[in-house]
Amino acid sequence: MKNRRDRLIAVLVIMPSVILLGIFVYWFIGRTFYISMTDWGKEAPLAVNPVIHFVGLQNYKELFTGILNGRFRQDLVNTFFFTVLFVSGSLGLGLLLAILLDREPRGEGFFRTLFLFPMSLSFIVTGTIWRWLLAPRGGINVLPKLFGLPPLGFEWTSSRTQIFSFNWQDLPRVTALVVAAVLACLTWRAVRRGRPRRAIIAGLCAAGLVAWYIWGSQLVPPALPYPEIHGFNLAIVGIIIAAIWQFSGYTMALYLAGLRGIPTEVREAARIDGCNELQLYRRVALPMLKPITLSAVIILGHISLKTFDLVFAMTGPDHASTDMPSVLMFVKTFRGNQFAEGAGIAVVLFILVAMVVIPYLAWSLRERSSL
Amino acid sequence: MRKLITAAVVALSLGGLVWAQGSLSGELEIFSWWAGDEGVALQALIDLYESLYPGVQVINATVAGGAGINAKAVLKTRMLGGNPPDSFQVHAGQELIGTWVIAHRMEDLTWLFQEEGWFDTFPSGLIDLISTEEGIWSVPLNIHRSNVLWYIPENLEQWGVQVPTTWEEFLEIAPVLQEQGVIPLALGRNWTASHLWESVALAVLGPDGWEALWKGELSFTDPKVIEVWDLFGRILEYTNEDAPSLSWQQAVDMVVNGTAAFNVMGDWAAGYMFATLGLEPGVDFGWAPSPGTAGIFMMLSDSFGLPVGAPHRDNAIAWLKVVGSREGQDAFNPLKGSIAARVDSDLTKYNTYLQSAAADWRSNTIVGSLVHGVVANERFMDGFATVMEIFLSGRNSQQAAMAAEAIAIQSGIAK
Repeated sequence: MKNRRDRLIAVLVIMPSVILLGIFVYWFIGRTFYISMTDWGKEAPLAVNPVIHFVGLQNYKELFTGILNGRFRQDLVNTFFFTVLFVSGSLGLGLLLAILLDREPRGEGFFRTLFLFPMSLSFIVTGTIWRWLLAPRGGINVLPKLFGLPPLGFEWTSSRTQIFSFNWQDLPRVTALVVAAVLACLTWRAVRRGRPRRAIIAGLCAAGLVAWYIWGSQLVPPALPYPEIHGFNLAIVGIIIAAIWQFSGYTMALYLAGLRGIPTEVREAARIDGCNELQLYRRVALPMLKPITLSAVIILGHISLKTFDLVFAMTGPDHASTDMPSVLMFVKTFRGNQFAEGAGIAVVLFILVAMVVIPYLAWSLRERSSL
Repeated sequence: MRKLITAAVVALSLGGLVWAQGSLSGELEIFSWWAGDEGVALQALIDLYESLYPGVQVINATVAGGAGINAKAVLKTRMLGGNPPDSFQVHAGQELIGTWVIAHRMEDLTWLFQEEGWFDTFPSGLIDLISTEEGIWSVPLNIHRSNVLWYIPENLEQWGVQVPTTWEEFLEIAPVLQEQGVIPLALGRNWTASHLWESVALAVLGPDGWEALWKGELSFTDPKVIEVWDLFGRILEYTNEDAPSLSWQQAVDMVVNGTAAFNVMGDWAAGYMFATLGLEPGVDFGWAPSPGTAGIFMMLSDSFGLPVGAPHRDNAIAWLKVVGSREGQDAFNPLKGSIAARVDSDLTKYNTYLQSAAADWRSNTIVGSLVHGVVANERFMDGFATVMEIFLSGRNSQQAAMAAEAIAIQSGIAK
């Protein structure tokens, strides 16, 4: 009797948040998916009852192959480079700071607070400060003048230089090659571990992709009539520096907590076994910090995919060299009244973030259930 | 004190109106993006309204930031959510028509224009730009001019150059300036490049060609329009390389502190130099129509309209009457640094620059600005920012022209 009442109360208590989550998260996600498959944005998008037709994947086709949406594709490339460099930079710097503080220098508490401070600022504030610091004719560039040196000439976020340029239309072929390489590795591993079925499947897939790369891809007509060049815009370096400045303190805190969690016995045992300090960190501490690294990658990764405010504050709504999909989504939707295409960009972002977060959730759930 | 005097003067001059309509009560919500320096001007207008209609409580709903990009986003979510303000600031012309009028969100104000006699007090060129065949959609409060070239007379003298009257002249003197280590033309981020583009386009196409472009009679891929991009590209050679990092104010600063010789910017630059930097118009800084556009006034205007379903419609109509009145415009504009849309404003209240602009406003050919919402709808304007980036990165006229034509087709401008 009591058990049933308990369960009833539990259900009642949990109901409001389930309903609210259902409406305000999942229903809205579903609605965004739906809108992205309509043509909302034509004629009079802001009418009381706008005329909306279902058009299937038309908007996605437009985003990935449309002549006018080159900006979106460059944004994806920008996001890729930004994410990789920002995440690795924050992890590296955070780890370095954590190890330094782990040596318990004098004034550790002071430095810990100092390094954590940028975290307390909003991206808008960080962006504004760094916009000033990175102004080509002021800030960092004139710093060497203090020491009687000539000023730096780098244009920072104004730079329009692009490196690692590639033709967007090569992307499917290059992807095929990369996936084939990964599959080949899997085949090799499966062979070595004596799993013939797995080896055969992976090997066949790899061979198929290579075959497609060599012969099949020539048959597919190019999506665009001319090569579309995208690459790594050096202007993003400025944004990356600002983002790392803001978040390395956070990764430092995570790592420091992890380092402090390593029992003294383990460290001492390693030392007795003849570890020097460097080996201690490389062979003992770092492997034990793996879960922390993983969580940090997930957290920073999804933040960087969604970056909006930092870019908006540093370079405004229309600077293609540093543009991100989220900024484009905002201007397309709320300035250009292209609600369907804006929703399409939102869905692409959603899928990208899901690709980062879902494996992590699966991993942590498995971890928890195995405990 | 000044507030009191204004109120008293207005109360006397509009005494009849006060008696007739002083009985309004309730609230009035005014939505705008005027904060900071411009907020003062809006407050003067609100003060005037409150002195006329003391029973009405005015709610000043301002969303600050970046030429209204944030305010417009908030306004759109409010309108879609069925919660319109009583009246909102909007750029007169296609930015209003292409977004709100075709969506049947605005009330036709033709009757108000007739009742208030505004057909005689606003230039007919302006009324054309804010009307469709179905009606007139907003009350213009102020006029800014887009095609103005700014400079410091003393500096030009020192560098030995004259103010260019055509872009060819500019291209001749630009190397002279460069030799002396001066940047010939200061430029800021993306939209200021588009702003420069519209002045260049007006010079190449002339007022008729410019209008034909927006009526869909002239294609964006026409050799004449490609010529605009070519000339624009040659002009860009003489601008600063750090342009994407600069706000328009910083670009004006470059002219003021002698790093650059000229800047093409709307005449809010005069307000900035006069009010913020404390420079005397005509003495400390000079101006001319942007090269090749003498006798043409490329205008933009902030206006207020009446949304369908405004919660306090009567109060909003009273607000529109104040916005369109001579007193209202003369209270607002000297502080905002713009001129009155009416042709009968009291010029003694305005500074030297604004007086000269008002004289031009009454005599010049009037055309509308692209970047500031007069001639093209928001979809085109949004796309044009991307076209500008395409050109700034690639400097390819043909490519930019094709992209512009594509968005013109998408947004229903080109046929």
